[in-house]
Amino acid sequence: QNIRFTSTVFQPINKVLIANRGEIACRVMQSAKKMAIQTVAVYSEADVQSMHVSMADETYYIGPAASQESYLNQKKIIEVAKYTGAQAIHPGYGFLSENAEFAELCQKEGIIFVGPPSSAIRDMGIKSTSKHIMSSAGVPVIEGYHGDDQSDSRLKQEAEHIGFPVMIKAVRGGGGKGMRTAMTVEDFDSQLQSARTEAMKSFGDDVMLIEKFVERPRHVEVQVFGDKHGNYVYLFERDCSVQRRHQKIIEEAPAPGISETTRKSLGEAAVRAAQAVNYVGAGTVEFIMDRDEKFYFMEMNTRLQVEHPVTEMVTGTDLVEWQLKVAAGDRLPVLQDELKLKGHAFEARIYAEDPDNNFMPGAGPLLHLSTPPPASDVRIETGVRQGDEVSVHYDPMIAKLVVWADDRQSALRKCRAKLRQYNIVGLTTNIRFLEDLASHPSFESGDVHTGFIDQHYSELFPRRTLSHNVVCQAAVALVSLERIQTWNSALESKDPFSPFAMETGSRINHEFKRTITLNDGDKSIDVQLSYIRDDTYVIVIGDKSYHVYAMLDTVADKNILRSVVDGVHSKASVDGSYQLKLPTPKFILETSATAPTAGAIAPMPGVIEKVNVKVGDTVKAGQPLLIMIAMKMEYVIQAPKSGVIKEIPHNVGETVNKGVTLIKLED
Amino acid sequence: CLFKHRRHYLYLVTKYHTDNASTIGTPAEVNSTNYKDNYDQMVKLVQELRSQTERVIQGGGPKAVEKHLSRGKMLPRDRISNLLDPGSPFLEFSQLAGYQLYGNDDVPAGGIITGIGRVSWLIRGAQICQDRMRFFLTRNTLGEFFIIKPLCLLKAYHSFTFLQIAVVMGSCTAGGAYVPAMADESIIVKKQGTIFLGGPPLVSTHWKSGVTDYYATDDQHALHLARRVVKNLNYNKSPQVTITQPEEPLYDIDEIYGIVGDNLKRTYDVREVIARIVDGSIFDEFKALYGETLITVGILANNGVLFSESALKATHFIELCSKRGIPMLFLQNITGFMVGREAEAGGIAKDGAKMVTAVACANVPKFTVIIGGSYGAGNYGMCGRAYSPRFLYMWPNARISVMGGEQAANVLTTLAKEQRLREDKTFSEEEERAIKGPILKKYAKEGHPFYSSARLWDDGIIDPADTRSVLGLSLSASLNAPITETKFGVFRM
Repeated sequence: QNIRFTSTVFQPINKVLIANRGEIACRVMQSAKKMAIQTVAVYSEADVQSMHVSMADETYYIGPAASQESYLNQKKIIEVAKYTGAQAIHPGYGFLSENAEFAELCQKEGIIFVGPPSSAIRDMGIKSTSKHIMSSAGVPVIEGYHGDDQSDSRLKQEAEHIGFPVMIKAVRGGGGKGMRTAMTVEDFDSQLQSARTEAMKSFGDDVMLIEKFVERPRHVEVQVFGDKHGNYVYLFERDCSVQRRHQKIIEEAPAPGISETTRKSLGEAAVRAAQAVNYVGAGTVEFIMDRDEKFYFMEMNTRLQVEHPVTEMVTGTDLVEWQLKVAAGDRLPVLQDELKLKGHAFEARIYAEDPDNNFMPGAGPLLHLSTPPPASDVRIETGVRQGDEVSVHYDPMIAKLVVWADDRQSALRKCRAKLRQYNIVGLTTNIRFLEDLASHPSFESGDVHTGFIDQHYSELFPRRTLSHNVVCQAAVALVSLERIQTWNSALESKDPFSPFAMETGSRINHEFKRTITLNDGDKSIDVQLSYIRDDTYVIVIGDKSYHVYAMLDTVADKNILRSVVDGVHSKASVDGSYQLKLPTPKFILETSATAPTAGAIAPMPGVIEKVNVKVGDTVKAGQPLLIMIAMKMEYVIQAPKSGVIKEIPHNVGETVNKGVTLIKLED
Repeated sequence: CLFKHRRHYLYLVTKYHTDNASTIGTPAEVNSTNYKDNYDQMVKLVQELRSQTERVIQGGGPKAVEKHLSRGKMLPRDRISNLLDPGSPFLEFSQLAGYQLYGNDDVPAGGIITGIGRVSWLIRGAQICQDRMRFFLTRNTLGEFFIIKPLCLLKAYHSFTFLQIAVVMGSCTAGGAYVPAMADESIIVKKQGTIFLGGPPLVSTHWKSGVTDYYATDDQHALHLARRVVKNLNYNKSPQVTITQPEEPLYDIDEIYGIVGDNLKRTYDVREVIARIVDGSIFDEFKALYGETLITVGILANNGVLFSESALKATHFIELCSKRGIPMLFLQNITGFMVGREAEAGGIAKDGAKMVTAVACANVPKFTVIIGGSYGAGNYGMCGRAYSPRFLYMWPNARISVMGGEQAANVLTTLAKEQRLREDKTFSEEEERAIKGPILKKYAKEGHPFYSSARLWDDGIIDPADTRSVLGLSLSASLNAPITETKFGVFRM
């Protein structure tokens, strides 16, 4: 039997080690600093220059980029904690945050693990156990099979018993991994197989549970907090229904449209759940809720969640501060009747991913990064700065934008406005998608559920046609940039004021007309630009002609375009961002070895997990050639055409960049 | 206008208070009838020039253009834009070359585009230029028009140490084959470029034969390679003159229209023109009160006739410029040297000869703009074509001939009249008109800048409002070549 009760003796925390990276490491340090607690950061090879390292009072290198060897290296982290004299380790979320062994190890080594007791982690980590516990604690649980007989036939039989559609979930799963939906009995076998493979890869365990799939469900979760003195509070609920790939993308608190009665019973059910496992610290009890506001326990996350800021905003709390206080043995700062909901908050997660390409995660440099100005009602939770890189090794989340206002409508409006002020150049992000999402009428009316994106797919992924105004701005931005570059080179030369540099596009007795082709995704736009005088141009797109005046201002290393298109003034950075590309000249494509038809290409940066073929094999178009792992997700790379494998340039375990040829094919 | 402020973002102008005292020019009388009339007339001339140029820019017409493009080739002007740095200026010459020269055959720009631009700006900022280098972009259109210029250029270039890079994008036949063959480096476009002296083209063997050095897949690739070649020239422009930050003139340059107009008989102060061309309208006039028809200092401009004093002043000034290595600009508006008993007795021929000698021998870069009449020996003294200005431009209102049309007609009628009188015959007004008419017509036609430009007597006709820009580019281009020491001949004292 595990030790279920920790000592309630007060243990002061003067120094805390943050066993994490990115925004959450920064977030924890912020509160620690506020409380005058010294901070220790650990970092991997990939994070030498990163923001969390620069924020900490002390920093320690713990290993190579791969998280197995760094952020998951328990021994090393404990070593650093002991060496620096940190009394506590804050695990953040992900990595070691829900690792019962690590929590135990901390305890054994006399270090406070900022989180629940290992027993609670273990109880809640195994879904079948957690449901048993919840059932007996009087928390509503969804019908399902959590049995030991894991044979395919038994699982199928149980599924039929529960009734399709069913959810197939890895017992040790989480974060959407090892989870599949079978809509019909025909689907079942393949979905089960797929879930098992992923679970095995992710958790080294492929034990599955089957449960009823609730149609049009909402994902509602309750933030709970317990201390070592047996006090529990709930900090109301969050709605995280809108998800892609079973991962949250936009969250809000409180959940829209639910009655006060439901709110109260949700909170009380969550507290019962926490009490049932003698929970300590911050935890989240996730419920699935149907249209009639009937809710069922799904799981309990025994950590601080990514989306905790929305709760902080509507309750006026600092949950990290609470965590540290409670970990030190303090009582909860407030009790239930002192907690009041105030206003409404949204969190939008900004990811390096391509919504138009099935939310394919990306990586790369943040060449330009400008955010709305942070304020008490606008929080920018991030772990990166301009010039940093979103690494292939970790989560592709760039930032969380958290906004607060008096009511839901105002908060949502603020959320949209601030998203438009968030500009990132260098990699593809989901900002534009978040904006569309936040502008959707159904979202505005609070009609949310987990299938929201699929249901409104066509409206959320409109065939976007760029306005001519934007195209004009892009074209003049390009030529203005050329000019500034030319001037700067000239100033470095022995002939700094050469008119060949100072004058732009001048021609004798006629205007220089130049065709600029801009690629908007797979669509190309031809822009004919005439240089009229200095900063003045005439731009022709199709049969429309525009008079454009443009000037580039350089403010703090950032180029801001001011333009007037047919009398309409605009300042770039007001209207969100667009990505346009200059076409690659044909001769580069022809001479390049990575011509797309020559073989299979890495669709994103990642690590090669498995190669299914060998040199000399004959393959058919569409045949799976290899498996890549990127951003903790698995991708099957298929043969782009039929042919014979000529070369496999990379080995299993190698990290490859986007666009790299993985397999060369010969006809 | 917003565009005027652009240079201010480079850095602040440092100028002492009294430096403003050297400015010249007065605000134009923009509301006077004379100004308005002049302005309108000049606008018409400029519009005519632009519409003719527009026709030239169109090239061989829509059909030929479409055919050219359908073969995956770039149009010649696009080739130039792609060879140059993006947005680089292109100082184009002789746009009206061959204008109405071949009867019904239209030969846009004489069948060849020539000019100066910036290629492959090196990181250190070296500038590549024409005075030292020419690009040959060979074209498909062969035949007589094409050969005229390149062949004489070839001779000229090989007698100097020009850098030459040839990009073969079409056929280079017979004499044309020597262009790439004699170039320092040459690039050929796959399937498109051919080089042969005679007989069928042997496309596939050029790079094997070593006639070309680079093999490009298409036009864009070829021009990219050419840019790389330029980048590797290890050329670094080091101007031998003092360079300061440019400053816009105090007055709008288009006011020249209203000051000058199209009537060559109407006089104006050429200082007003200078005030609208030079930096900050700053001008230090040399010998302001001596020889009032010629204004000097780097610039030689004149107001009509040259007298003995004007010639002497100019000679002194040219010597100064040559000694100091200061480039010279000639703004021609000249009816000739003063003639007549008094002038001859005063030694106008002798003094004129001094000026012509000085102009002929001066080795500094010289630039000439014919802004009005250019007649007789005045053309020599003010650095006409034969005196090797680096560039010679004309304004559309300008006229060039040995003498003015009316003057010539008068001389010829006088001769005829005298002959008749010697023969004791009468000379009717009708007869006079019969002689005068064709002469006036001929002079009007042949003295016209289009006629001159068609025959390459100048480097192009420019819009007066572009004068500052064109001269700036020309001056900058000329500074790529070293300024050598001047050795004057014998001055007749």
